Parts: sequence; C-alpha cells; structure tokens
Amino acid sequence: MIERLRAMVDWCDRRAGLSAVLLPMMRHPVPRGIAGPMGWWYVFGSASMTLLGLQIVTGIGLALVYVPAADQAYASLLWLDYQQPLGWFLRALHYYAGSGMVVMVLVHMTQVFLQGAYKYPRELTWIVGVVLLGCTLGMFFTGQVLRWDPDAYWGLAVGGSMAGRVPAMGPRVVGLLLGGPIIGGDSLSRFFALHVFVIPGVLLAALGLHLWLILQQGVSAPPKPGEPVDPETYDAAYHRELKASGVPFAGEAMLKDVVFSALVVVVVVAIAAIVGPKGPTGPPDPTLGGANPRPEWPFLWLFALLSLSPPAAETFIILVFPVILALLLLAVPLVSNRGERAPSRRPVAVLAVVTIYALLGALTYQGATSPWSPEMTAWSGDPVPVAMVKDRTPRELMGGVVFQNKNCRNCHALDGVGGHRGPDLTTVGTRLTPDQLIDQISNGTPGGGNMPAYGKEVNPAEMSALVDFLAHLRPAE
Amino acid sequence: MNEAEKITAGEPASGGSHPSGAPLPCAHAPRRSFFFWFTALAGTVAGLLAGVPVVGYFVTPRKKRTDWVSLGPVKTFNEGETRLAMFDNPLGQPWDGMVAHTGVYVRREAGEEGEHKFLVFAINCAHLGCPVSWFPQSGLFMCPCHGGVYYADGSRASGPPPRGLFHCVWRTRDGNLEIQAPHYPTLQDTLTGDQDDTPAKT
Repeated sequence: MIERLRAMVDWCDRRAGLSAVLLPMMRHPVPRGIAGPMGWWYVFGSASMTLLGLQIVTGIGLALVYVPAADQAYASLLWLDYQQPLGWFLRALHYYAGSGMVVMVLVHMTQVFLQGAYKYPRELTWIVGVVLLGCTLGMFFTGQVLRWDPDAYWGLAVGGSMAGRVPAMGPRVVGLLLGGPIIGGDSLSRFFALHVFVIPGVLLAALGLHLWLILQQGVSAPPKPGEPVDPETYDAAYHRELKASGVPFAGEAMLKDVVFSALVVVVVVAIAAIVGPKGPTGPPDPTLGGANPRPEWPFLWLFALLSLSPPAAETFIILVFPVILALLLLAVPLVSNRGERAPSRRPVAVLAVVTIYALLGALTYQGATSPWSPEMTAWSGDPVPVAMVKDRTPRELMGGVVFQNKNCRNCHALDGVGGHRGPDLTTVGTRLTPDQLIDQISNGTPGGGNMPAYGKEVNPAEMSALVDFLAHLRPAE
Repeated sequence: MNEAEKITAGEPASGGSHPSGAPLPCAHAPRRSFFFWFTALAGTVAGLLAGVPVVGYFVTPRKKRTDWVSLGPVKTFNEGETRLAMFDNPLGQPWDGMVAHTGVYVRREAGEEGEHKFLVFAINCAHLGCPVSWFPQSGLFMCPCHGGVYYADGSRASGPPPRGLFHCVWRTRDGNLEIQAPHYPTLQDTLTGDQDDTPAKT
C-alpha cells in the first residue's frame, strides 16, 4: 500500500519536478543562531502568513453565503450568525484572525526594525514588507465596510468627506470611492471587489516577492553587538558563516515557526469562540438615530490625532500625513542600510520604537474613549447629581432644569457624568463670576470656537435662573 | 563566396538565388521589416481597442441627474419648526434597499403673503459627514462625531465644521414641498453649487 502511494508520488514528481525545487528550499541553510533561543525572534513573519492562510479559507467560507448587495447583506449576515451551522464561528474567526494578523505584521515589522534585519542586502525585502503592511490594513478597512451596518455606512460618509477635500480632484475621488452619487449598493459592490479581488491580488503578489527575496538573500543571523553590516564584506562573511555552521531551515528553525503559529491559531480560535462574531450593530438604516461611527482599532490613533488637532490642520493630517508616514517607512533601509544591527548599539532606533508605540497607545486610548463627542442623550438621561439640588432656592432649582433642557449636559458633565466635549462644570462657580457666566452662555466662545452662542435661545428669566444655578456650583464645604 | 556564405559572413546578399531557384532572405529584407511593423501595429490597435473602453469603464463619471423628490404637503410643515423629512433617494440603485432611505431637515420660516419660505438642510455635518441631530429645546443641530454645532438657520455655531449645513434646492409644486434629490455633499461638491450656502461665520 505504502509502496503504491510512493510510486504515485514519484510518478507525479518525475513529471512536475516539485521536489527538486521545494526540498532545497526547505533545507536551505540558515545561521546556526536561529536554531537556538534567538530563533524565537524569527517566528512572527510566518505567524502572519499562517493567519493570512486562515483568512483566505474563512473568507472563502463566508463568501459562499454572504450576499454583497445593499439590500441583502444584513440578512445574509444574520443567516450566517444564526442559521448557518458554525457560521457564527467563521465570522468570529475571520474578524479575530484578521486582527491577529495586523498585530503579527506589526510585531514582525518592529522585530525586523529593532534587529536591523532590513539592512544590506535585505532592503528590498523591507520595502515589499511595507507594501504588505499597507495591503493588510487595506483588507481590514475594506472588510469593515462589508459588515454593512450603520457604522459602515457612516464610516463611508466620513471617508467620502475626507476624499472630498482632495484639491481640485475631490469630487472625482468621492465618486471613485462611493461608486456613485450616494452611499449605496454601488459602494458595497466596489468595496467587495476591493476586499476579495484587488487587494488580495496585490497582497499575494507582494507576498510571493517577499518570500522569494527571503530565499534569495537568506535569513539574517541574530545580530551581535560589535558586528556592523558592511556592504563590501557582508556577502562573503554571510556565506562563510553558512558554510561553516549553517543548519537546514527544515529543522529547529522551522519547528519554532510551526509551534508559534499553532499557538497563535489556538489563541485566535479561543477568542473567536468565546467572544463571538463582531457586529453587525444593526441594519444599514441611515435614519437610525445615535450614529457615531468609529474606525476599526488599527485606525483609532489616526482618528484621535485628527479629532484632537486644530481644524486648520485637518486637511493636511487627512491627506498628506499618511503619505509622509508611508514614505518614511519605505525610506528606512535607504537611510540606514549599514552599521550596527544589535539594538543595544542603536539607542535612536530603540527610542524611536518606544516613542512611536507610546504615542500610538495614547492616541488609540483617546480614540476609543473619544471625549470630543458630545453625549447626545445626557440632557434627558443623566440626572443632576443630588448634592447639587439639595437645599437650593427655587430659582436655582429652575436653573438646574434649564441646564438640562437646553441640552447643556450633552457637552458639559456634572460630577463627571455627561458629555466631555466641554469642561466639567461641577465647580464652575469658583471659576466664573455671574457676569462672566452670562457672557459665556450668551456669546459662546469668542470667534466661534467650541461653544455656541445661546443668547437667542435662553430668555432673560431662564438666563438668570441658569446663572444662579451655575454660580452656586462649588466644592462642598 | 556564394550567397549563403555571404549571409553567414554578415554581408548583405545581393538578392541572388538559392541553388533551387527561390529568392534568399537577407538581413534587411523588406518583407521581414514589413511583418515586424505590421505586428507592432496590430498589437497597438488591439491594445487600444481593448484598453481604451476598459479604462474608460473604470474612470468615466456618471451623467448628473436632476430628480425632484416630494417631501409631502406644505401644510405638514409647521411654521417656526424644524423636522426631519424622510424619502427614498432616486439617485440610488434599485437594489439599495433601506440604504437609499434618507432624510433632510426642513425648517419652515414665516413667509410673506402667498409665499412659502423653507430652509432645507442635508443631514450630513459639513465637517466629515456624520448625521446631525436637531434639538428643539436649544434650537441647535449637534453632530455626534466631533461636536460640531449649527444654529437653527444652518449657520455654523461652534466646533470643527468649516461652514454651515449644506442647503438643498427646494420648490413647492401642487401644494407639495419638493427637493432636488441630494447626492452625497462634500465641501467641493455641495448641493446648491454654493449659491445659497452661508459661509462659515468666524
């Protein structure tokens, strides 16, 4: 039986010649250091690829049921969630493996940067890698649109408004993005084609190139302090090392890849099974109130950066800044393709990584909490704290009613509860005199900054009650 | 040397004949260069014939349509009040479903004798397109995304929007309020061609 199988495999291989190509690839020598503990730093690229494979398989599975039509996408997603056997699991896995892939790609990129593996002769590998990062993020972004819920709809609106700011070409770019004059079926079809055909095509081509380059240049040795990269001597030294002490990749090195990939898959599957599918948050009904679209988590930092910046800088941050970032990333190996590789000898590189991640973390947190958004139901849903209405005169109590009724609470918190668009007013009586309060409320922020002018909306009786209430907001004695 | 040897030596043949009598090909034979240029021409023509329409498919913008949509009888809008009027946008595709069901804010102002005066606003904030909400208690439109605020007349009150709300083109016909079906409005592609829009008040 085994003999038969072996004969069949030999028959195919004699004609296809695959083993002559694949086996040398698997056995190609890698520096000995990778077989040791340092080899664990090398596993993140293959983990990204494993998750990509998972995404392709789950993506195909979802495409067997999902209908990319504006009037049926939501129903097909509900079917996947509730009727299709294990459909909920495929949906969850597709989302969390996708998130995992973004994480792995970023970790892989950071490791390559910190260990100087992008230096000579692997500069092109890094450049192709940046293209792969862009494709991965593009898949994440287009995938969110396919959920076709109010978040996706309004996310497209925001994207369209951003595209509309491109000088001169704005309306054309909006038309290309939305596929038509309004957000609708054309938009969904377009993003489906992008997510399933265009970006995967680019991604797989770039991946093929990336793997070819790795095989061509060989895997880099673990960096050693005091052994800088010198393009004149590197090639000879590398091949000498491989000849003297190289080990086949299909050995300790590959085993580490397999173990870590397996671990990542287990984690991702566990999260998917426990947390379940992501969204849709509701049918794609533009008239549903309470819309507050958020980009997906990899983009929250950019969302926060934009929201925290002065309006004059917005168009620059939307249109120019991401291009500059991409160019900076692409230029890394062109700027420093020689010299020390070990992080212990590259304080600037380490500092840059720490600073960038700290910034990204802080901005992501801000993006998740988004204090610049008013709380649209605070005026009717958050009661005035009891301590603020105890032992108050009737006019002050009336002022509290006016404060809620005029929707002030949507932007101004009391005792930390309410909107955070404007300052918390719990102790505003210690900061502004009654006259200053009248001025601020009537005229808003001078120059039309953050607060509108309520002069016409509040009659004199309401104004004096409101100011009375606010002037008595002081810390408890 | 004979003709064949001349060709091997790289010399142009004189057009003499092969021992069998057929004419010999030479390095600068007109027939060879004719076929080369013919092939180049055929390739170019085929490439253009296929390429131009295919590229045109991807980049040609659609014809702009002007559709009028009825928002209901004028008398269903009370003076001094603002409300959301919903409709199915005819600019969408037949398969849009509920996605084409949008709304605009209609404010009826006090008009002169026999004249109706309306302000019709797109629901999209002028900052980045999120849907604004009308708060009648304070007479303000508020945007949930970044806190943009507009007054009842659509002009900018505060926050990041660079201008007031986008106005829709409206008319009354047979006692109904009608608007031109709104495409997605952006700063460089408003719904009124910027004739009636109030610029941002700073």
